[in-house]
Amino acid sequence: MAIKLTVNNQPQELDVDPQMPLLWAIRDHLKLTGTKFGCGMALCGACTVHIDGQPTRSCVTPISAVAGKSVTTIEGLSTAAGKAVQTAWVGLDVPQCGYCQSGQIMSASALLAANSKPTDADIDAAMAGNICRCATYVRIRAAIHQAADSLPASQAKS
Amino acid sequence: MDLRNIEDSLATWPPLARLGVTRRDFLRFTTIAGSGLTLGAIIPAAAKNSALTVLGVEGTPGDYSTPFVRIDPDNTVTVICKHVEAGQGVWTGLPAVVAEELDASWDQMRAESSPAKVPTYGNFAFGPKGNVQGTGGSTSMANSWDQLRHAGAYARAMLVQAAANRWKVPASEITVSDGVVAHKSGKKATFGELAAAAGKLPLPTEVKLKDPSQFKLIGREKKLPRLDSHAKSTGTQQFAIDVMLPDMMTAVVLRPPRFGAKVQSIDPAAAKAVPGVVDVVQIPRGVAVVARDTWAAKKGRDALKVSWDESAAEKRSTDALFKEYRQISGGAEAVKVESRGDADAALKKAAKVIDAEFEFPYLAHAPMEPLTAVARLSTDKCEIWAGCQFHTIDQVNAAQASGLKPEQVFINTLAAGGTFGRRATADSDYIAEVVSIAKATGGKYPVKLIWTREDDITGGRYRPATYHHVTAGLSQDGKLVAVKQDVVNQSIMAGGPMAGLIKDGVDPTSVEGGTTEQYEVENAHVTWTQAKVGVPILWWRSVGHTHTGFVKEVLVDELAQAAGKDPIAYRLTLLEKNPRQAAVLKLVAQKAGWDKPFPNGQAGPNGGRRGRGVAIHESFGTVVAHVAEVTVKDGTVTVDRVVTAVDCGIAVTPDVVRAQMQSCIGYGLSAALYGKISLTDGKVDQTNFHQYRVMRINEMPRNIEIHILPSTNPPSGVGEPGTPPIAPAVANAVRAATGIKLHKLPFDLAAAQAAKT
Repeated sequence: MAIKLTVNNQPQELDVDPQMPLLWAIRDHLKLTGTKFGCGMALCGACTVHIDGQPTRSCVTPISAVAGKSVTTIEGLSTAAGKAVQTAWVGLDVPQCGYCQSGQIMSASALLAANSKPTDADIDAAMAGNICRCATYVRIRAAIHQAADSLPASQAKS
Repeated sequence: MDLRNIEDSLATWPPLARLGVTRRDFLRFTTIAGSGLTLGAIIPAAAKNSALTVLGVEGTPGDYSTPFVRIDPDNTVTVICKHVEAGQGVWTGLPAVVAEELDASWDQMRAESSPAKVPTYGNFAFGPKGNVQGTGGSTSMANSWDQLRHAGAYARAMLVQAAANRWKVPASEITVSDGVVAHKSGKKATFGELAAAAGKLPLPTEVKLKDPSQFKLIGREKKLPRLDSHAKSTGTQQFAIDVMLPDMMTAVVLRPPRFGAKVQSIDPAAAKAVPGVVDVVQIPRGVAVVARDTWAAKKGRDALKVSWDESAAEKRSTDALFKEYRQISGGAEAVKVESRGDADAALKKAAKVIDAEFEFPYLAHAPMEPLTAVARLSTDKCEIWAGCQFHTIDQVNAAQASGLKPEQVFINTLAAGGTFGRRATADSDYIAEVVSIAKATGGKYPVKLIWTREDDITGGRYRPATYHHVTAGLSQDGKLVAVKQDVVNQSIMAGGPMAGLIKDGVDPTSVEGGTTEQYEVENAHVTWTQAKVGVPILWWRSVGHTHTGFVKEVLVDELAQAAGKDPIAYRLTLLEKNPRQAAVLKLVAQKAGWDKPFPNGQAGPNGGRRGRGVAIHESFGTVVAHVAEVTVKDGTVTVDRVVTAVDCGIAVTPDVVRAQMQSCIGYGLSAALYGKISLTDGKVDQTNFHQYRVMRINEMPRNIEIHILPSTNPPSGVGEPGTPPIAPAVANAVRAATGIKLHKLPFDLAAAQAAKT
């Protein structure tokens, strides 16, 4: 039976194996390739999306668990926090190979939506699940602070 | 290592010999080289689509397929990059070189990947004939510098001449600045407006390159943001894994559980019963499960039953290997790397002797994008999409796997989601696999091959496990008088098409960057013993320097201590004939405040101990020194601060240089603190990031300061050279904090302390 969900504000119906991880449903069936495969075990964060606003590892989330929910991928990121994060990412030239950065940005924008002025410890806690083998961490941290500074606290969630 | 020999080595390798330059190409190249273009001849041609196209060496009138620079009527300037962008910033750095000589505006610059084609897009660091296209050895900028400066200068001269013709004024009265061509009369034009006319002009007989003092973009801060940041911050950068072709299927491959095992029999029934699985085929490297999507392919592979013939498989454990390495070190099989003076005699007379063993594990590269490639095969054509690092070698290997000719293989090089050396294999492992699958399935559909993370971590091609035994002697006054060093590891080059680089029995990648190579020592004796192990190995970001640099810098630090000297002052006495390294060392000492003790001495927060350590190393033509400050508490090392000095010649894009230093520090620290691949009875113990631990944001040094030495020398590379000195700088800082000597990677302070007592 087809599973109904919302992806980037668009209603979608997917007739796939209910156990298929959301990651592969998004990538292979909806052709939204901004969300990346990195480990398949929720160890690296490259596959991070928002489910009803919460950062979630799509590689271990069965599509059946997302029925009726609202999924946001990097392609649909449109919150004030998300835009501020992306602007800071470009402004500080955070990416190197860039492969992990969709996941980094989804984690960072969820952090800012929940905590408009994160400390370094808050950033460590929210971002430690996202691996970057290019080790762009120094710039990721700086970009999150910059995005926070650019964002009035009341706007982060909208 | 002299990379220039790669070309000759490959020329003797049958598949590549077919790709050699024709006599016609060679004549053209040398003729033009003789007229003043040293690297990469450029031939202008009539406009393609009303655009100015500057062609490569093979270009003939009417052939617009291989340019270096394209200027389109929309006023964009596209630099056709022969090197893969894998994060190192080359798709920003190469356009910067063109933009400078062209006097373009940075906003109008674009980067595009070149096709695989030699000698047009050959890497001149791999040989003067340009017979191999590849990205590696931190050579991209160095070998493109002169070529792309000329490309920019030619394009500029042609735009100027087109404006002069249009406005009927002397070319000498025309200026170009920030993408605008202008005359004092007030006439102005964009490049796009002049491109069509410029493209019809003959090639200027000569162009004058700028004096570096005239540079407006190169080396300037904040003027050269990366061209790929936006795409990589919005999920729109396309990697091989993102390629979606009509009717494409996805494949995963079941490979042997031990290196060297072979398929004995296959029972595909259960795999084929998985909904979505369309084919199960045997290929030379295993058994591929092909399905309508990735999930089905993976489930199919889980269900697949294969029995393996393990009679020729490697079944040893890494513990046993290190025991063997220790036994064969300096023994009957050892080959002389270097010998001068009389090391044995000098050691006998030495006032103090340090004798130490070092061990380095196998390491996986673990790029964030696991190996992925797409192939579409027909009877006369094979198309590949991948983050190719050895473009024309991949082309030849794809030809072999498909049964086609190299010229029937079309390589689309996409941005690579990291590589660190992993995508540069002489046998193009993952590309050969995807082509084999496409061939085994009769070219019925395009195939995307995905390696899972488990495939990646357990798949071999590791940094070779390495053992060093070193003995060094000091005179009464603390002078280093002798070094004996024996190195044991597998050879990266042996048995493959690059075996021609093995010189006098020594694989340079096994020993490059050694102690006696970089420091002045009167008496030296160095040997290398090739270990024969069935574990596939490969270059890993900075290759041999990963271990030789560590041994060198930890040894010298301990020698300084034994001599009662300051580590920086002691190194400077060994670098009297190396002013370049000495200058880098002095700068890093000054910037780090080396002469200023910590405010509270070695007492750190919460009962921890603080320490500061230094290391310097030259690799791939670049010198990097790091000073690391650490806190050690309960056996755990935290790297608080790293101060870096780097001499890479002209820093074309300084912020990219800084980014690469940060990246090298993080990558090197992963190996120093956590990285280890081990084998038990031939099976790899680690499978994913929970067991193959890498640096995360909370573990990364909070403060990293990078200082670039001003230089007028041509640029050298920055993708690798920051890696070798970080681990020894941290080891030296830990010893300063605790007295614990770390000679085995990854660091295990408790074990090191236990071994000492």
